[in-house]
Amino acid sequence: MTAPAATGARHAGPGTEPAIELRDVTRSFPGPPEVQALKGVNLTVAAGDYLSIVGPSGSGKSTMLNILGLLDRPTVGEYRLGGILTSTLSEDQRAAVRARQLGFVFQAFHLMSRRTVLDNVLLPMLYAGTPRDEREPRAREALERVGLGHRVAFLPGRLSGGERQRVAVARAVATRPRVLLADEPTGNLDQTTTGGIMELFEDLHGDGLTLVVITHDAAVARRARRCVRLADGRAEEV
Amino acid sequence: MRLPRRRRGAAPPSAVDPVPARDRFGLTDLLGEATADIGARPGRLVTTVVGTVLGVAALIATIGFAQTAAAQIARQFDAAAATALVVTPATASTGGGETVATGTLPWDAVDRLERLAGVDSAALLAELSLPEATVTAVAVNDPSQAPVAPPALYAASAGLLDTVGGHLATGRFFDSGHDARGDRVVVLGSRAAERLGVDRVDSQPSVFVDGIAYAVLGIVDATDVRAELLDAVVLPTGTARADFGLRAPGDLQAHIAVGAGPQLAEQAPLALAPDAPETVEVNAPSARSQLGRAVQADVNGVFVILSVVVLLAGGVGIANVTMLSVVERIGEIGLRRAVGATRRQIAGQFMAESVVIGLLGGLIGAAVGVLAVVGISVARGWSPVVDPWTALGGTLLGAVLGLAAGGLPARRAARVEPVEALRGGT
Repeated sequence: MTAPAATGARHAGPGTEPAIELRDVTRSFPGPPEVQALKGVNLTVAAGDYLSIVGPSGSGKSTMLNILGLLDRPTVGEYRLGGILTSTLSEDQRAAVRARQLGFVFQAFHLMSRRTVLDNVLLPMLYAGTPRDEREPRAREALERVGLGHRVAFLPGRLSGGERQRVAVARAVATRPRVLLADEPTGNLDQTTTGGIMELFEDLHGDGLTLVVITHDAAVARRARRCVRLADGRAEEV
Repeated sequence: MRLPRRRRGAAPPSAVDPVPARDRFGLTDLLGEATADIGARPGRLVTTVVGTVLGVAALIATIGFAQTAAAQIARQFDAAAATALVVTPATASTGGGETVATGTLPWDAVDRLERLAGVDSAALLAELSLPEATVTAVAVNDPSQAPVAPPALYAASAGLLDTVGGHLATGRFFDSGHDARGDRVVVLGSRAAERLGVDRVDSQPSVFVDGIAYAVLGIVDATDVRAELLDAVVLPTGTARADFGLRAPGDLQAHIAVGAGPQLAEQAPLALAPDAPETVEVNAPSARSQLGRAVQADVNGVFVILSVVVLLAGGVGIANVTMLSVVERIGEIGLRRAVGATRRQIAGQFMAESVVIGLLGGLIGAAVGVLAVVGISVARGWSPVVDPWTALGGTLLGAVLGLAAGGLPARRAARVEPVEALRGGT
């Protein structure tokens, strides 16, 4: 272990399974030259925690998010998500876990430009196995929640940047995930819009959702209950 | 504001347990996703399907024209029609709208025509128009009997049976001796015989035409041409001239060799009326050689090959555009993978999109092909013939083409790594 353990034990109640648990996680990319994006990272995030991960470019933030989001695998070490040892999962099982346990918010929004706002929010429910008769009500509910109930039939191109990110948040929470992973969610937004998104995250946290937000914006990082700094692939609780 | 809650009492779904089949990403979801974007870019859709449309349309049209031509050839060129030649006096319209003959056929027309090469047999034939005549099988005139139309009366020369390919159910046909002597004999068509109540000739039955007895020699029950003879009472021309004052033959029926039609059409008028060949009309079958049919088959073969080439080009078009679509939508693929789509589901979606585009192309192509066959056939006065299975097959061919074309792009889409894909946009 090369960095102090960033534990979230103070947020986890007695007997509560941590939402996220990384043990000595290293991620190497074969070279030459070989690059170690993460070096023996330990991190525990309790259910309902709100964590920000900060660090300069190239510090391993995106690699960390990819591993937490089951989009990438550690080269060495263990990652447990909701108690499940993810290294034992098949490719299809990892897809199922992504669909049912995780929600993603990206800096570039990643909305389907030719599909309506409602269709975009419905998308993850197709793969999550959400009961068919609940899909549209849930999507509408999620859009109401982010304040876009009146924009369901719009194409994303007609929305402002802040509205698009709200659609992305609605899409991420519509499947009722355990953990919301946000990668620079305010990177493309102005200050006012950023404030709105952060308030939304506060609300979601207040409802018990576990949030992990990667950001290089100190103001955004300060809104989280905990903050971990990544530097040169090593994690340090701030 | 509250986060959407799980239903009260419902256990949270396990992360990896299978979901109920009805809620899984199924065929309806696959088709829904595959068709959702198809109409979003009409220009590209047209570009993508045009190859398939042209290929399937060309194939359907080629097969349809072949079927139409085959039916047309069969209609025009069946064995009976190809060997039947009819010579009639030329006609002209009078000022009152009536049609009158401008000439007559000579009584020795059979001899004259049979001298020509290609004529197997010939016979004179004339319908006797006797509106008041009665034709019965008994001599008694029963006034209480309901009046019935008598069977038609025809006068014919002795060679008629061979010329029309007739078949005798019983008895014999009259010969040239009967004809020359004007014997009172008749041969009955099978339906006329049935109406007259004559079913055998060994008892030497007679029929009475205007009260005159005619011995029934035979009953004809089938002919290759001139089917109206089956409803008729046929007597020798010599008898008709003597008893009913027949002034001239009505027409000359001949059985000729296959392919002799055009030549005889030129020669027959000169043989029959050398001083006024324009006074006779010849209705001869058109010639269509084996070579012509072989050429037709070769042309069909060339068109089928062309259609297949166009179809393959259509398939390559679908593959190219689908591949381009994979590259363009790499961010979307990454997003779908991130939110839980498996590689198989991604491959299935692109495959389904390709199949739907192929099916659409096949459907439009089949419709265009059928319309082309119908349109051109109507313009040429043919009866269009398109096997419904051909049209259905063309549509399915488009889908199969889409399936084949979608394989490579789908494979590529499935291999997209979400981490790399998400670095791009959607």
